[in-house]
Amino acid sequence: MADPMRIRAQAQGSGAVVRVLMSHEMETGYRKDAEGKTIPAWNITEVTVALNGRTVLSGHWGTAISKNPFTQFTIKGAKAGDKVTITWVDNRGDTRTDEATVA
Amino acid sequence: MPTRREVLAHSAAVAAALASAGLLPAHAQSQSKWNKAAFEAKSVDDVIKALGTARPVESKDVTLTAPDIAENGAVVPIAASTTLPGVKQIAFMVDKNPTTLAAVFEFTDAVETSVATRVKMAETSNVYAVALTADGKALFARKEVKVTLGGCGG
Repeated sequence: MADPMRIRAQAQGSGAVVRVLMSHEMETGYRKDAEGKTIPAWNITEVTVALNGRTVLSGHWGTAISKNPFTQFTIKGAKAGDKVTITWVDNRGDTRTDEATVA
Repeated sequence: MPTRREVLAHSAAVAAALASAGLLPAHAQSQSKWNKAAFEAKSVDDVIKALGTARPVESKDVTLTAPDIAENGAVVPIAASTTLPGVKQIAFMVDKNPTTLAAVFEFTDAVETSVATRVKMAETSNVYAVALTADGKALFARKEVKVTLGGCGG
């Protein structure tokens, strides 16, 4: 299991600004190791964001997203106390879900 | 002792219950499938073809925020937003990367059509933010980002 995500969800105006930092290698599949062998691609392919259990945003990612990906977005109408759940899936089938509370 | 058949039936029922409660991983309920062809495409034109959208038109209503010069191509912060109604997706593309498409974000009505992330860039290149609307239009903003240190050399 991968390391936890760091999620910060702050109520701002009529919504909540969510910043998330995931912990993932995001190998492009183009790099070579010390022996000259290509390191296979290993990247997050899908990200889903849910507010109180309802999906509000999803993302499909390629290998060009940076290592330890950062993403920021704004959920309309989210209030303090609402639960933001973020899930990612990588191309090895590994997955991780973390939850944060809007503050 | 339960038979194999009973066990299988139970696990299927549990999986269905989990899915309806929204506890299963995202890929089980994502709105559309990960588009392999689009993510393997090597030019903006090919990505557009693979995504199956209309020819993108440059638009002032799409805002792309990216640095003029990126010191480190491995971490280039980019953001896109639009005030246009009916935008369902925003795609980020880096023209001269080995694979052009970096990410596609799918919005619902519950989020603002604005997203920021960080991408890798192999070399100095144009970066595109393409907003795809519900009625099939594609509008883009473009910016050239100069990279002084590539993100693929390791």
